[in-house]
Amino acid sequence: MARVVVDVMPKPEILDPQGKAVLGALPRLGFDLVTDVRQGKRFELQVDGEITAEVLAEIEQVAETLLSNPVIEDFEVHVEEHSVAEVAHEAGRA
Amino acid sequence: MKVGVVTFPGSLDDVDARRAVTIGGNEAVALWHGDDDLKGVDAVVLPGGFSYGDYLRCGAISRFAPVMTSVVEAAGKGLPVLGICNGFQILCESHLLPGALIRNDHRKFVCRDQRLRIERVDTPWTSAYAEGAEVTIVLKNGEGGFVADEATLDLLEGEGRVVARYLDDNPNGSLRDIAGISNERGNVVGLMPHPEHAVEDLTGPGTDGLGFFTSLASKVFS
Repeated sequence: MARVVVDVMPKPEILDPQGKAVLGALPRLGFDLVTDVRQGKRFELQVDGEITAEVLAEIEQVAETLLSNPVIEDFEVHVEEHSVAEVAHEAGRA
Repeated sequence: MKVGVVTFPGSLDDVDARRAVTIGGNEAVALWHGDDDLKGVDAVVLPGGFSYGDYLRCGAISRFAPVMTSVVEAAGKGLPVLGICNGFQILCESHLLPGALIRNDHRKFVCRDQRLRIERVDTPWTSAYAEGAEVTIVLKNGEGGFVADEATLDLLEGEGRVVARYLDDNPNGSLRDIAGISNERGNVVGLMPHPEHAVEDLTGPGTDGLGFFTSLASKVFS
């Protein structure tokens, strides 16, 4: 099993009221370093078998058709590498 | 005329819309999201609410409901379609109308009687109004900010496709105060405010919304 991640973000020119709300809360909590916040969505898609170019092409289509609205959002697709913790966990089970 | 009103899981205003259709002098026909049969209706209303829980994006999942395949196809052939609030969001997600609706700029749900100017009156939904008519209709939304790129906004203005514009306060940050738009042909109209809540004196701010439902009876779109 492999995991493909799709990140969806509001386009830079589109107002992001949620990000603004988060940004507004930070100074009240004493966090003064952050100057801007944009809030998006992360989708983790499980796929059986190898991640081939064909699989990635289909996931691009999924992202374009359903996961994002190209009028207001951009998306990025990337294959998630196994994290060190996951590899250790799987090694422990084996 | 027979006017279909679609019920999606999470639709709220389908019953009010059917009532408004009847008061407007037409026959209301209930349509179901999971059924691609439009039952021979002459027009379709996509009502307000939170279809599919507004999960993912407002209207994003409804767009793929079986009934929408039929609505999109029929709209392409000239079937009059009115999307109100969530229905407007569904029409944008379906690409029957350009642009998108995003969260209100002030981040609060807004519910109030809203003054509007009706600017396009050659559609099957607005022919009962005089051009430039100023009306008061209920508005209630959390994600009603109409956005599109500058070129699209210029195109909408240039082709006279802004159907209604907010007067006084802009309630949700919609670009150029746009409250409703149409497709090029005029048969598909999306509107953020709710005319179906303004058709009787007993409830709502008056009967200014009735025109959206009597227009069909007075003029069959050619």
